[in-house]
Amino acid sequence: MIDPAYRKKMVVVEGSYAVAHSAKVCRPNVISAYPITPQTHIVEDLSQFIADGEIPNCEYINVEAEFSAISALIGASAVGARTYSATTSQGLLLMHEALFNTSGMRLPVIMTVANRAVGAPINIWNDHQDAISQRDTGWIQLYAEDVQEACDTLPQLYKIAEDNEVMLPGMACMDGFILSHVYEPVVLLEQELTDDFLPSFQPENVLDPEDPKTFGAFAAPDTYEEFRYLQEQAMQKALPKIEAVAKEFEEVFGRYHGGLIDGYMLDDAEIIVMSMGSILGTIKNVVDEYRAKGEKIGVLKVRSFRPFPKEQICKAVKNAHAVVVLDKNISIGTNEGALFTETKSCLYNSKVRVPVIGYTVGHGGRDIPVESIAKVIEETKKVAKSGITVESQFLDLKEESL
Amino acid sequence: MSKTAPKTYITSGHSGCAGCCDAFAAKFALMGAGPNTIVVNPTGCLEVMSTPFPYSSWQVPWIHSLFENAGAVASGVEAALKALGKKDDIKVISIGGDGSTMDIGLGALSGAFERGHDFTYVCMDNEAYMNTGVQRSSGTPFDASTTTTPAGKVSFGNPRPKKNMPAIMAAHGSPYVATTSIGFPRDMIRKVKKATEIVGPTYIHSHAPCPTGWGFDTSKTLEIAKLAVETCLWPMYEMENGEITQVRKVKDPRPVEEYLRAQKRFKHLFTMEGGEEEIKKIQATADWNIKHFGLQ
Repeated sequence: MIDPAYRKKMVVVEGSYAVAHSAKVCRPNVISAYPITPQTHIVEDLSQFIADGEIPNCEYINVEAEFSAISALIGASAVGARTYSATTSQGLLLMHEALFNTSGMRLPVIMTVANRAVGAPINIWNDHQDAISQRDTGWIQLYAEDVQEACDTLPQLYKIAEDNEVMLPGMACMDGFILSHVYEPVVLLEQELTDDFLPSFQPENVLDPEDPKTFGAFAAPDTYEEFRYLQEQAMQKALPKIEAVAKEFEEVFGRYHGGLIDGYMLDDAEIIVMSMGSILGTIKNVVDEYRAKGEKIGVLKVRSFRPFPKEQICKAVKNAHAVVVLDKNISIGTNEGALFTETKSCLYNSKVRVPVIGYTVGHGGRDIPVESIAKVIEETKKVAKSGITVESQFLDLKEESL
Repeated sequence: MSKTAPKTYITSGHSGCAGCCDAFAAKFALMGAGPNTIVVNPTGCLEVMSTPFPYSSWQVPWIHSLFENAGAVASGVEAALKALGKKDDIKVISIGGDGSTMDIGLGALSGAFERGHDFTYVCMDNEAYMNTGVQRSSGTPFDASTTTTPAGKVSFGNPRPKKNMPAIMAAHGSPYVATTSIGFPRDMIRKVKKATEIVGPTYIHSHAPCPTGWGFDTSKTLEIAKLAVETCLWPMYEMENGEITQVRKVKDPRPVEEYLRAQKRFKHLFTMEGGEEEIKKIQATADWNIKHFGLQ
């Protein structure tokens, strides 16, 4: 039950508006974005805030391409500005080269990714192929389960990314259309609370003629490797900070969406369904039905995909009889989704011994009905009993149209 | 330079080749821009030779991001300075080569100019991709031999004329576009200074002969640069709000042959059958410049 006092604070708005509002109260100095479905409403709402003078000390750059959107933020962040963008799909892919650059220069640019499939075939609906394909670019990636979390992730992400020990860029991933275009009750982040929670951006190194510094120097083999090592170290340092910042957020705002991971009916679960993003809501509904029948099914939500919470995942699944991972992406040539591959990988050298299977699901926005989730759970129960027969497969493939 | 020359903000000790045109161009650009300047430098020789970590030749704040995004990075630097209330005191200039400016970075640069960011873009045009080994760019002149448009039995080299980049930038509504040359330091310093003092996106296109890529002695960089102007193959002019307002006159234009003969990249024009006809075509370009820009 929702506390009536809390319910009073809730408004029904579109997900994109709620996220734009959240970006606004984080007090960005430079916003730079290029329109692409389904991100458009976020940047339109931000543009309206700018037009109405509602974001002080902020410049909005209407760039000519996503590549320039991220590039402009590289320049802005290096000057010491707090920066924001939003994109998806082809736009995110167009940014690819500059994503490495942002992270390599240790610039804490924050971006909402309204996750969408990538072409060909061209498709505007949701899956995670866009963000997952950027996993090695050195960006923190947090995946939101619902609109409220997509909003709440932004100030958390700024706080984590701008930490002097981290200084890495971050993506706040939310499912395109499913979350960006849905109207649901949310609490819009209060400016005053956000100001209490999120300090202003005070980077140690900036472009300033008073103290000239060189950004983006050329590194030969004798120095390059250490830059990569330090980036990895920063990611590792972000792990406990993601947990800590989620708790700090809870103290200020009274909401908690998980740290690196979150569990639902997890403690005694014999079968665990693992996934990221809005599909978790559907999975929880199905799990409720199983629980009502007395079956010990649980849900493991992975909130942070980068950095990857190996320890937390190992610990969460250690007593399960079988685990199934649902991925809205595929690495073509492995027949596996990324979360599945990486979950297996982190278990391999651990003491945890639990069979894990994977399904690659919901490509290009294919609906994932409760019946399909139930089917997956039934298959995983068989794995718990008699071992793995099919390790990874597509879900709801239309065999007849192949 | 004389003792009264303005101070520059790029030190010696970088790893540029002897006679490097980029070193001259960066030096003169900073003499014009002054110390309160943030430099955005796309990938190229200048970036590589001036910042081998942990060293840097730059005495002003400097950022290199990628090959094709200097226009956008400069946009962001400018916007951030505005948002943080620092724009009145700090200038933004970008210094890039012809490849990053005219080819791969043209989209980002066009966007930056169309949006009207207050910054100056300086193109150091050495007419090919020198950093990667003298491959053709859209700045490469007609009939120049490069490693990707080599002269051969059936080719006189690059088959196309140079892209008219200053006209493209002027077409964006830039308040100030000027061509200059490292062979004329005072001209270049004056124009960069003027450009950085004008509010809005301004563009300086500086001709910059590269001894390595063009094939001439390392002591002759400035001499070759002057010869390009004196043969009228590189007209020097200023455009304000799209109109030509000043042209550097060339009293007695020298034949283009003198300029071509001094460089290995045109050597084939003097050895191949039909070379003479090609030289005539290049002379026609110079003649057109004389007429079009009123150089005489």
